[in-house]
Amino acid sequence: MQAIKETLTGPIFKNNPIALQILGVCSALAVTSSMKVTLVMCVALTVVTAFSGMFISSIRAHIPSSIRIIVQMVIIASLVIVVDQFLKAYAFGISKQLSVFVGLIITNCIVMGRAEAFAMKNPPMASFVDGIGNGIGYSVVLIAVAFVREVLGSGKLMGFEILPLVTDGGWYVPNGLLLLPPSAFFLIGGFIWVLRSVRKDQVEATEFKLANHATVREGA
Amino acid sequence: MSSNDRTSKTLVVALALCIVCSVIVSAAVVILKPIQEINKTLDRKRNILAAAGMLEKNATAEDINRQFSDINTRVVDLNTGKFADDAVDLARYDPLKAAKDPDLSEALTTKQDVAKISRREQYAVVYLVENPQGDIEKLILPIRGYGLWSTLYGFIALESDGNTIAGLGFYEHGETPGLGGEIDNPRWKAFWPGKQVYRDGEVEIGLVKGSVDPASIDAPWEVDGLAGATLTSKGVTNLVHFWLGKNGFEPFLNNLQAGEA
Repeated sequence: MQAIKETLTGPIFKNNPIALQILGVCSALAVTSSMKVTLVMCVALTVVTAFSGMFISSIRAHIPSSIRIIVQMVIIASLVIVVDQFLKAYAFGISKQLSVFVGLIITNCIVMGRAEAFAMKNPPMASFVDGIGNGIGYSVVLIAVAFVREVLGSGKLMGFEILPLVTDGGWYVPNGLLLLPPSAFFLIGGFIWVLRSVRKDQVEATEFKLANHATVREGA
Repeated sequence: MSSNDRTSKTLVVALALCIVCSVIVSAAVVILKPIQEINKTLDRKRNILAAAGMLEKNATAEDINRQFSDINTRVVDLNTGKFADDAVDLARYDPLKAAKDPDLSEALTTKQDVAKISRREQYAVVYLVENPQGDIEKLILPIRGYGLWSTLYGFIALESDGNTIAGLGFYEHGETPGLGGEIDNPRWKAFWPGKQVYRDGEVEIGLVKGSVDPASIDAPWEVDGLAGATLTSKGVTNLVHFWLGKNGFEPFLNNLQAGEA
């Protein structure tokens, strides 16, 4: 029981897929300009990671090592297509906004990373929980980023007005940078900085030391 | 060598996996297809109504379908400027696909191609809003063209005189949010209704830098430009010029006024 709880909550702060493993950053930049889209993306990714982990784990004893990655890809890709089809049927507006990014869950490193690192060595139930845990870890970062981007970038949250915009007769001048993908880089960077200030054990060991600048000596 | 790595086992696993996965994927696609089609049709109708300025706030699917029942979908031959309803099968015809098909479209010369769409389909699908007597109240025409980053797809609605604009809207574009993306802002779209398209037989409507001076004699043909989005603004001007010009709907609009469409 303790192990399951650890598998579920570990990835949220202790072993966060984005902040510590630095996986899945691409979609974190792309879909976080509005909260609604972000939430759907988080759910989609969590579902795919959890189920792909479960399916891969349940046939792990039969997967030939030579085509291991391909087998994982086929399972992940099928799940992503099914999720995409469901979104198109039941959340059409949002699936239009997510456009290619649902399809790109296939190449999301978190899904592949967990399949390879966890599901290939652990039983199905644990892999499922691990997928949920990592999905939540991914979601925590995305929701934090989307919150800042949507509120300060377009003055809204979930489409509801929080800060009335100048263009709509209010007082808030929106920060256009926050609507562009690079802003997510800064926010994720800030998130990692805060996380590593609190949890010092996540700071990586320095690989090399910077030498001092060369300076011109007097009379040389 | 473990038993899993034998060639026969590898083949069996690969084959079995592919069969299982393809069955699941095709089942999902086939089962969900009808719902997706309904969504797509509804989305298209919503865009058309929004461009015509007829979309009610928080309209439900029933509202949209009911409103759409007043709208007559027709096919126009852009070369002759006349109705050509028998030329294509409306249920299957996709103007955007036709624009890529050499049999159904023609390449535009650089001089003609102000909207940078490179090919124009021969048959366009237009939407006529009619009153119960069958008179045309509004015309909704499809427009598209290149902005800064992307092709903008939308509709422009004209009053029955074929000159006064009733509304304009885009349903797909990839312009910068907050700058060119402001073409979706209802406050900007509200500048369009009431503007005039033609002056002395030429398309005159266009976006200007900054705000339109209401006292200016040119004001009826001018719309506020988008701040910080010069190229998107130019793109919108160009695509309106193209689609309402000689190579677009102008012959059709003239025929319609003359009662010869």
